[in-house]
Amino acid sequence: MSLKATREAYGEALLALGRSNNRIVALDADLSQSTYSAGFAKAFPDRFFNVGVAEADLIGTAAGLAAAGKIPFASTFAVFATGRVYDQIRNSVAYSRFNVKIVGSHSGVTVGEDGASHQALEDISLMRSLPGMTIIVPADAPEAYRATLAAADWEGPVYLRLGRPKTAPVLPSDAPFQIGRGLLLKSGRDICLLSTGSMTAVALEAAAILAEQDIYATVIHLPTIKPLDKEMIIEGAAKTGAVITLEEHSIIGGLGSAVAELLGEYRPTLLKRLGVPDCFGQSGTAEALLKHYGLTPSRVATVAGEMVKNRGA
Amino acid sequence: MLAAEEIRRLQEQARLLRIDILSMIAAAGSGHPGGSLSLVEIFTALYFKIMTLDPRRPGAEDRDRLVLSKGHAAPVLYAALASRGFFPRDTLSTLRRLGSPLQGHPARHCLPGVEVSTGSLGQGLSVANGMALAARLDDAPWRVYVVLGDGECQEGQVWEAAMTSSHYRLDNLTAFLDYNGLQIDGPTDQVKNLEPLADKWCSFGWNVLSIDGHSFSEILAAVEEAHCRRGQPTMIIAETVKGKGVPFMENRVEWHGVAPNREQLKEALAGLGKKEAEEN
Ligand SMILES: Cc1ncc(C[n+]2csc(CCOP(=O)(O)OP(=O)(O)O)c2C)c(N)n1
Ligand SMILES: [Mg+2]
Repeated sequence: MSLKATREAYGEALLALGRSNNRIVALDADLSQSTYSAGFAKAFPDRFFNVGVAEADLIGTAAGLAAAGKIPFASTFAVFATGRVYDQIRNSVAYSRFNVKIVGSHSGVTVGEDGASHQALEDISLMRSLPGMTIIVPADAPEAYRATLAAADWEGPVYLRLGRPKTAPVLPSDAPFQIGRGLLLKSGRDICLLSTGSMTAVALEAAAILAEQDIYATVIHLPTIKPLDKEMIIEGAAKTGAVITLEEHSIIGGLGSAVAELLGEYRPTLLKRLGVPDCFGQSGTAEALLKHYGLTPSRVATVAGEMVKNRGA
Repeated sequence: MLAAEEIRRLQEQARLLRIDILSMIAAAGSGHPGGSLSLVEIFTALYFKIMTLDPRRPGAEDRDRLVLSKGHAAPVLYAALASRGFFPRDTLSTLRRLGSPLQGHPARHCLPGVEVSTGSLGQGLSVANGMALAARLDDAPWRVYVVLGDGECQEGQVWEAAMTSSHYRLDNLTAFLDYNGLQIDGPTDQVKNLEPLADKWCSFGWNVLSIDGHSFSEILAAVEEAHCRRGQPTMIIAETVKGKGVPFMENRVEWHGVAPNREQLKEALAGLGKKEAEEN
């Protein structure tokens, strides 16, 4: 199985978009090699703008290009693409309702050795609170490719969250991608695992471990955190009566919060949010960090098993 | 040379804009008169002489674009747009009211003629750059104008954007700097000195022109020079008087963001030659 990072697939999709649609433009802030916007830059130098190490200017320039009918994809590391420029996104993009695609690579703890300054763990939270913002977190490279194309077709601001490490495909190769739709990957009666991004691979493996213990999990992948597939989530919660959310993000403000808000209002259900607890990340290998924060299949299976047992009692 | 008659036409228009600005802020009971009044001649020149606009087609692709980066000067933009027929003049009295298209700071989706939502200072030049880049990609003849405050230039993003404009040689972009010397907490040279301001823009690769921002002949000549300049964006540093046209507001920092009361409005309008009969 070939390994590929979601950011690499983004670069390929951006290139394809560039060929098919001359309204597509790309911008970067001195990280085009890392975000893979460099391929587009080479193929379409006239439609690529490197603004240098100037993220606020990156977002504003993208807004201006969108104002004049272009479809800008502005990429940099997720920490800088969101938190550093929250106000620029809020006012120049979202409040102005401009069709800007913000692409944050190197999200989550799998950035690894660079440590907390470079690990975006609150980017989904920030973007989720902006009216009109769409948030996409693909699970694997093929989905990142499809998500990039879908973002280009979508009218309105989008935040596309990508990862650094090369990963194996986890979704069926014919899995459809539709903004606002979840993917039911496994149907089981005992517990519902709701995951996004890189954690969907972990959820599937956890479900396999649980099956060996005669615990059957529903696994739903949620590539869009906003708009959220409310129906699918409520259905999964109703069917199983116990929900775990999984994300490579703080448990505050991301998928876990979105699901808690939804279920709290419409379908109160036993819930556990897995992700990075309320703390900054740190240096380490991606693998070591995932293990440290409990974002592994075995740990998820343990938590799920306990939830099912306690509920039964 | 501009015909004296043309200057007189613009001066009369400027007088009317000042009356609208003061009246709408007074009606709203809040707003920013000082930095709106300092821009009146610049906006009059842009909206009544320089820019290609069609109020019946506010989204026309070939229109010139204006970005009011110092969004708190919304009243001068609203007054100009209303006078040009972008929306009915009686809307002006709804400024800052619930449901009004005239939001406290310009909101793009609320009002035709507003190109981008501003109010958070420091962001407009980046957006203007993006527009200018788009125009160039399309080989389009329309131009981009952006208006900055002097205090606003303390924002780091302004200088990020200043580098972008010159790096991309955006000669279809003309910026105005409303150099009124005041911000909220005091004179700019006391809050945080901007000087040497022209040198700063020069060293950032801009063509810099310094003018009297209340002189129509100087504004129009500078814009013409900007249009002729190839391969470089132009910054027009316009020396202005905050609160211009209302003697008790002129150069007074306390008139940055408060509305005149009824007596003060009356005095201000009388000074602008508004006859009692014109009032309603
Ligand atoms: C990012 C941001 N910080 C603070 C403010 C509050 N504020 C509004 S106007 C202003 C002073 C602006 O001074 P200047 O640019 O000189 O404006 P002018 O004198 O033309 O009114 C400030 C600090 C703001 N609107 N945006
Ligand atoms: Mg000022």
